[in-house]
Amino acid sequence: MRPLLTLAGVTIVEASRRRLLLALALLTLAVIGLSAWGFSRLPATTVGNTPISPSEVRAAASQLTIFMAFMFSGVLALGSVLVASPAISSDIESGIMLAILPRPIRRGDVLLGKWLGLLALVLAYAALSCALELAVIWATTGYVPPRPLHAIAFIAGEGLVLMTLTLLLSTRMAPMTSGIIALVGFFGAWMGGIAMGFGQAFGNSTITNIGLGSRLLLPTDGLWRGAVYHLEPDFILNALRFAGRGAAGSPFSATVPPDPAFQLYAFAWVVMLLAIGCLSFARRDL
Amino acid sequence: MRSWASSPPTRFSRLPPRFTDPTPEPVSAGEAAGAASLAVHTQDLAKRYGRTVALTALTMDVRRAEVFGFLGPNGAGKTTAVKLLVGLARPTAGQAWVLGAPAGDRSTRRRLGYLPELFRYQPWLSAREVLGLHCQLAGIAAASRREEIDGALAWVGLADRADDRVGGYSKGMQQRLGLGVALLGRPELVLLDEPTSALDPVGRHDVREIIRRLKANGTAVFLNSHLLSEVEQVCDRVAVVDRGRVIATGTMAEILRGDGTVRLRVQGLDPAARLGAFGAPVVEGEWITFTGLEPERVPELVAEVVRRGARVYAVEPRTRSLEERFLQLLRESEA
Repeated sequence: MRPLLTLAGVTIVEASRRRLLLALALLTLAVIGLSAWGFSRLPATTVGNTPISPSEVRAAASQLTIFMAFMFSGVLALGSVLVASPAISSDIESGIMLAILPRPIRRGDVLLGKWLGLLALVLAYAALSCALELAVIWATTGYVPPRPLHAIAFIAGEGLVLMTLTLLLSTRMAPMTSGIIALVGFFGAWMGGIAMGFGQAFGNSTITNIGLGSRLLLPTDGLWRGAVYHLEPDFILNALRFAGRGAAGSPFSATVPPDPAFQLYAFAWVVMLLAIGCLSFARRDL
Repeated sequence: MRSWASSPPTRFSRLPPRFTDPTPEPVSAGEAAGAASLAVHTQDLAKRYGRTVALTALTMDVRRAEVFGFLGPNGAGKTTAVKLLVGLARPTAGQAWVLGAPAGDRSTRRRLGYLPELFRYQPWLSAREVLGLHCQLAGIAAASRREEIDGALAWVGLADRADDRVGGYSKGMQQRLGLGVALLGRPELVLLDEPTSALDPVGRHDVREIIRRLKANGTAVFLNSHLLSEVEQVCDRVAVVDRGRVIATGTMAEILRGDGTVRLRVQGLDPAARLGAFGAPVVEGEWITFTGLEPERVPELVAEVVRRGARVYAVEPRTRSLEERFLQLLRESEA
């Protein structure tokens, strides 16, 4: 357990010393600052000379909140890929790993230590950036989504899934290759989610199954839909259900709550990929 | 825990006292007992990467507390052999024992020090932090870590730059740091893969001194190098490898043993003197050259010459440098 925590700590120190945390913090604060200005203008928006009503402000804020969440989930997903793709392979290529692995430690400890360190970074970024953005939205418009903590957890889960996949790929592939594969998978799953929405709306089982397959292969879109569901107020949910096929396929809406079985599957998926990653790394000749 | 107290002080000051996960193959009790007394024992060790054969059948022994040179041309399989010994790779066939345990045994790695050929350390950490990280990974008790780190820094001459980021180090300084990392925990066996490749002459001299001190303290050193002069100066025994197998092994004296050519500078020897028992001599003025003579017979030859009333001014057994011998061995191997 001790080497695992040591390596987790080194991973966090690396992110800090390489100024990743500083760059992320500054850019995120800049984006949140800009969004604060934008949200603050929302209540004063007029249609003609008539100010929009509080319910319209609420409706607009709820949709903009989902878009902001999408942006942060995207940053988190891409950031997870970028930090995880070189985590193992780059250390092997540079030679850092050659000095570490002959120590009396398991290779699994190295992988899990890196994963733990990256997990801390993913969770911290998801929690801090999303919480700050939601606080800004509340302060400027008075809008609070129905279950913000649930939404943040799902967004963090999305980053965690992608980070775990990339770390697994990093045990065997060059940083660029593992990063590209993970990103293609991420956007493919997103498209799969849209296809699944269309398939369900139009009763096409083939398209639905393709979407379902992509969700099982990479549960990022399923987790994103879970986050969206927890950000949607009831009146938006009712409107979406009323729209029926009209709202089908939108990647920014979810009309059903996340299935507990799917959440359990996503958890098992992460555990399974970690196990495969440990096995893959342990069996690799350096 | 072995003591370093007997280490003589040098410019490095004084060092204070101190796989894989691959599953080792089962071995017989006899083999285990034999291997336990050695620092390294390999038997027909082979490694193949896809279609590339890196090692064919490496069989060698490294004794405890000796400096063992591992020589070979580029691509001979030297680094592969070291990687197999420290558990970075798994053998395709054969067996390897390190400090009495199958190569790759996790607890045995606690007693190893290793400087890889491709050395690189976390550039965002200071040298002291890198050493601290390796102390933690090596399981060195927290109470003795500071002493270990300071000792290693002093040994490799980095005490003055200990708190600088490794990213700002020259290649030579990084290699010194790597050597310091390998010395942590007072290992019983230190494997050095081309330890002076980035060092200047002063650095190379320092490394030779470190190796001698390690030997004096009872540590076995496995020196993988193609710098023959370096090996010649510090190694007790060497193995020469070519195309993945050992083509010669022995003490330096055994490896460098000449071809039996001895030149004598002699005056007053009757040209008709019959010295045929020592081979057919070639006479050039005062010099007489004998070939194919066993070293043990040289005193006998000199005594015979003197007995015949001649005066002997010089006896010169022809010796070869390690480089000459190395190249000869490679030529023979190719033939």
